[in-house]
Formats: sequence, C-alpha cells, structure tokens
Amino acid sequence: MQEHQQLSDSEITEDLTAPVIRSARWFWSFVGSLGFIMLVGISGYIYELYSGLGVTGVQRPVYWGAYITNFVFWIGISHAGIMVSAILRLTQAEWKRPITRAAEVLTLFSLIAALSNILFHVGRPWRIYWITPLPPIFIGFDFARGIWPNVRSPFVWDPVAVGTYLLSTILFVYTCLIPDIALVRDKVKSGPAKIVYSILALGFRGTPRQWKVQATAPILLSALVLPIFVSVHSIVSWDFAVSIAVEGWHSTIFAPYFIIGAIHSGVSGVVTLMAGLLWLYKLDKYIKPDHFDAIGRLLVVVATIWFFALFLEWIYALYPLEDPEIALRNMQVSQPPWSYLFIVFLLTGFFIPVSAWLFKSVRRNPMWMFFTTILVNIGMWLERFLIIVPGLSRRTELSFNWGSYAPSLVEIGLVAFTFAFVICGIIVFARIFPLIPPFDIKEGMRFRHVIKIGKKNISAVVRE
Amino acid sequence: MKQSKWGMVVDLDKCNGCQACVVACQSENNIPLQKKSDYDENRVIQWIRVERYWEGSFPDVKAKFIPIMCQHCDEAPCEPVCPVYASYHNNEGLNVQVYNRCIGTRFCANNCPYQVRFFNFWEAEWPDSLKNQLNPDVTVRSRGIMEKCTFCVQKIRRTKRDAKVNGFEIEDGAREINPACVNSCNTEALIFGDMNNPESKISRIKAKEEKKDGRGYHLMEHYGTSPNVLYLKKVDNSKKSHSH
Repeated sequence: MQEHQQLSDSEITEDLTAPVIRSARWFWSFVGSLGFIMLVGISGYIYELYSGLGVTGVQRPVYWGAYITNFVFWIGISHAGIMVSAILRLTQAEWKRPITRAAEVLTLFSLIAALSNILFHVGRPWRIYWITPLPPIFIGFDFARGIWPNVRSPFVWDPVAVGTYLLSTILFVYTCLIPDIALVRDKVKSGPAKIVYSILALGFRGTPRQWKVQATAPILLSALVLPIFVSVHSIVSWDFAVSIAVEGWHSTIFAPYFIIGAIHSGVSGVVTLMAGLLWLYKLDKYIKPDHFDAIGRLLVVVATIWFFALFLEWIYALYPLEDPEIALRNMQVSQPPWSYLFIVFLLTGFFIPVSAWLFKSVRRNPMWMFFTTILVNIGMWLERFLIIVPGLSRRTELSFNWGSYAPSLVEIGLVAFTFAFVICGIIVFARIFPLIPPFDIKEGMRFRHVIKIGKKNISAVVRE
Repeated sequence: MKQSKWGMVVDLDKCNGCQACVVACQSENNIPLQKKSDYDENRVIQWIRVERYWEGSFPDVKAKFIPIMCQHCDEAPCEPVCPVYASYHNNEGLNVQVYNRCIGTRFCANNCPYQVRFFNFWEAEWPDSLKNQLNPDVTVRSRGIMEKCTFCVQKIRRTKRDAKVNGFEIEDGAREINPACVNSCNTEALIFGDMNNPESKISRIKAKEEKKDGRGYHLMEHYGTSPNVLYLKKVDNSKKSHSH
C-alpha cells in the first residue's frame, strides 16, 4: 500500500529534531495567542471562584452543563492515544509509526484538560481531594476527614479510572520517549537544556540490552493499558447511566456507546492533529497520504459502529414507551434550540464526514481530512451536550420543574481554555521533545523492503 | 426506647395552597430570602414548595396544589451517588445532608426524581434587619453546597434531648417535634409523626389509607425509591357519580 521512500538516518534525525533545536518563526506568536485565550479563561475561573457558581448557566433542573459536557468530550478525545498507539502497536500496523507519539501526547493533555473541568464544575473545588481515600497520616492537616469516600458513587470510580489512565499514559509517553530524549541530548551542545535532557534520558546509550527493554516495554504497556482504555469511558458513561431519575441517561447501552463514540472523536482528533502538524512542521516526508487513507478507512468503520450504537440507544429508549422518555426524545428532535443542535450533530457527527471519507480523494487529502475531522468533533461535543442537558431538563410528570439551560460567558471561556490548553500543550511539547519519533521511523526504514511479484514492485515489511 | 422512623402524610384534599408552610420553612431553616432574580434564573431554594397545576379547560378550571418536600426515601437515589457521604441515611429513617462534607458535585440533585435538592449558587445574604431572626440551631449554608429538607431535624434532636433530661414522654404530634411546615399548616393537611409507634396518628392514617381502596399513594413510586411521605389524593365529588 505504501510508497517506498528510503531516508537516511542522518536525514531523519535532522528533520525531526529541527523543531526541538530552534523554535519555528510562528512559535511565540502562536503560543502567545493561545496563552491569551487561556488567560481569559482563567480570569473567568477566578471570577467564578470568587462569586460562586451562580456565574455559570446551570440552574435548578439542569445542574450539570458545559463543564461536564466538556469533561466527557476530552475524556473521549483522550481515547485516541491508546486506540492508535496501543492497538496499532499490538497489531503491528506499520503506518502507525509517525503518529503514535502525537496521539499519546494528545491523550496526555486532553486528560489534564478533562480533569480541570471537574475543578471548574464542583461547588467547593478546594475540597476536591475529599473524593480520594487519604491515609490517616494527614490528620491534623485538614486533609483526612476520618471517613472513607463513598465507593458506590461513580464520582469515586471516575478519579480511580481516569487517574490510572493518566498515570499509564505518562508512563507510555515517557517510555517511548527515552531514545529520542537521548538523541536530543546528543544534539544539544551545552547549557542547562543538556543537563535536563541528560537526566530525562536515564542514561540511554543505545546498547542492545537497552534497546531490547525499550522495544518490549511499550508492547507490554499497550496490553496493560487496553483494559483501562475500555474501563475509563465505561465508567464515565456510568456517571449518567446509574442515575435512575434521569430518563435520557438511565440506559444500559451507555458504556459501549460511549466507548465507540470516544474512539470516533478521538481518532478524528488524531487526524486533525496529524494534518495540523503536517502543515506546521512541513512533515510531508513522514506523514503521507497513505496514513490519512489508512486512518480514514478506520474512521469509516468506527463511525458506522458508533452510528449503529446511537440508533440502538434510541430504539432501547423508545421501546418501553414511557411518557417522560418519549417527551424527552420528542424535545430533542422537535423543539428549538435542541432540534437545530440535533440536526447539526447528525450532519457533522456522521453524515457529512462519513460520506466524504468514502471517497479516496478525500481520504488522501490532508486538508479535507483536517476539516472533516473537526466537523466530527463539533458533532461529538454536541452529542454529549444533547445527552446531558435535555436529559436533565426534566420532562417528567412534575411539569412544574421543567427547565432549560444555556452556557454563560464564563463557561464558554473555560471551554475555550481547555481547547487552547490542549493545543498549546502539544505545541510546547513539540518544542521540547520530537513529536514524530525519529527512532521509530528509523526502525521502520530498517524493516522496509520491496518485494517483486511478477512485474510489480510491492513494498513490504520484513520482521525477524 | 424504641427507634423512631419519621414520616409525613400530606392530605391533598385539605391543602388550599396558602404557602404558609413555605414561609415557615424559610424562617425556621435559615433559607436566604429569595429575590426576583432567583426566580428568573430558576435558582430558588424552597425546601418545601407548593406546585400548582390547572385542570380542565376555561370555564371549568380547577387549581390543584401539591406540596413537595424531600420524601426521605428509604431507597434514596441521592445517597449512593454522593462521593463524600454528604448525603446519607440516619437510623431514624431520615435522609440527611451533612453540609460540611459536601463538595458540590450536584450529582444528588440530578438523581433526585422529586427535584427537592437545592444548590447554593451564591453566598447566602440577609438584610441587617433580619440577621437577628436567624435560627441558632441551624447552620447557615455557604455557597457551593447542596441543601434540602431535613424534617427539621434540629427540633427532633432538641425535643428528644429535652425529653431525656427532664424525663417526659414525647407526645405524638407535639408542636415541639413537628417540622415548621406542619405547625404552620392551617388546615392540618400535613401530619408528621413516628411510623414505628402504632398508636401515632400517622400510623393510623397509614393503616387506613394504604389499603386497597384508600387514598394513599407515594409520589413517583415507579422509581422504586420507597418514600416516607404518604400523599392522600384529593376527593373529587364531581367525579363521584361516574367513578371508575
């Protein structure tokens, strides 16, 4: 499938460590403008901390709003890293090589963004550590409350799952990063940067034993991380599914539905990131139309499974013919503004991108893939919003309590903050560490061969 | 002494929607004054509220009132979802909210089918003229936490303690132990008492009305919450002739 283009080791090293050695022309202005957005968001948060959650749009029936939507969205995006990295690593898909680290780093920063949403959301964020079981040695510091957290609550499962996921992601990124840190260490002349890289490289010299450990560790980690990958979004979906009192949420299909939705939005996020990097760092030699083609085919499959799950969710919801459920679904599809959002969600989440991806010319065009995958993530943000807010606006028998919700400026600012934070995080990461792993690309070059079958030359991968 | 299990009966036939219970609750439980902006923003804190529904079409319209407070469910959906045990069940059948523990995830409010849990969006404020009126037995809740009806647990505690110290028996339906809403109800539509005491008024009503042809029902029973508040449905004389 892939065209064969042999690159020399020194060329690869030169190309891929260039952004680390000196900053690109656009770097500071880009980071500066993202920093400005983040600053605006943070000042909104300080305002919210100072005056109370009244500054958000949440009100009595709809107690959860944009923050929880955003939390679920970023957890969904975070599934990209493990999907692309672990699954493709285990299945030995050759086209994964240039994109694994970008995907893992996207996971890392989107998880941090997701966790920050919890801080924005709760009423007393300065007491947030109470949901963790702190050991009694902290008694006297106002830390331990002398009471265990309620393990029946999904909000205790969440930090456990997301925390494990965050830790394993950091491990994953770092393990795969060591040879490249060593490479950068050797490229950097002197100064404090050299010392920092030397410490981070953990004395990696490229001995056969070190390479063996380094090559085995990510595969083991992938296998260990996959169950976490499944559990994280299941547990996030149980935040909703275990609520008996919210008709739109109380559904048994939520766990698989959320996982496949997370893969849909996460892999789309990776494609957006790939196209962005390709454009920013001029990586045409490494990220090829073949990569977009392969991931585009994967996306068609994932999106279709997700759409089927969405269909099933509706069927399961309507099957019992309960009045509140029918009223809720009716509101989602026929009452503005939800009906408009619903149409936008369907078009951007499935119909426009998937029908576009069916064409090879779209799949092989980075610009088209960039915009279609952004559409997917607009749709997926709306999907979570349409689950959370209309579900909570209570179409129950007690019509006295029906209500609605619209996000306030503070909430919009903080949602923008998370987006700016993730983009800025990746860009800064790329300034410090190579975002396309040089050692992985070189390994790929070693494995590549051309096999002659009849009159045709076919590129192939040869492994021992 | 036998363990009490507190419960309430709401006789909808007697309720005239006067809202005295709402006012009594606000002043007993240090609920901040609800301004117009709170109503506009849908952020009113009313531990007990009187919902009003219109029935019928124009010339023949009837207003129906239903006071709704925390149902103190035996299987309360708000309890298992609280990560910090701010919402828990005590041994007298009360569903209690511990303000100090609450971190304000608002999960309990989402999971309450009756919508009787309230969030403090702003810091509670009173005009100076009303500050001396605050009830010293009740905590003033800070912003960022949930609160809800407690069946005036402070009155239950105080009366039980007084009874123990002074050695008297707590009478059934005594004003000292009744929640503020019950004491203020001019038509005696609200009845409060110990459901474990077979002689109490509430036990007798329950025994009578929970039978097959009784008027008793629990609000939104299909959620399986088994509430401790029993509603007695309105007697509609106009429909008597062709009852089903």
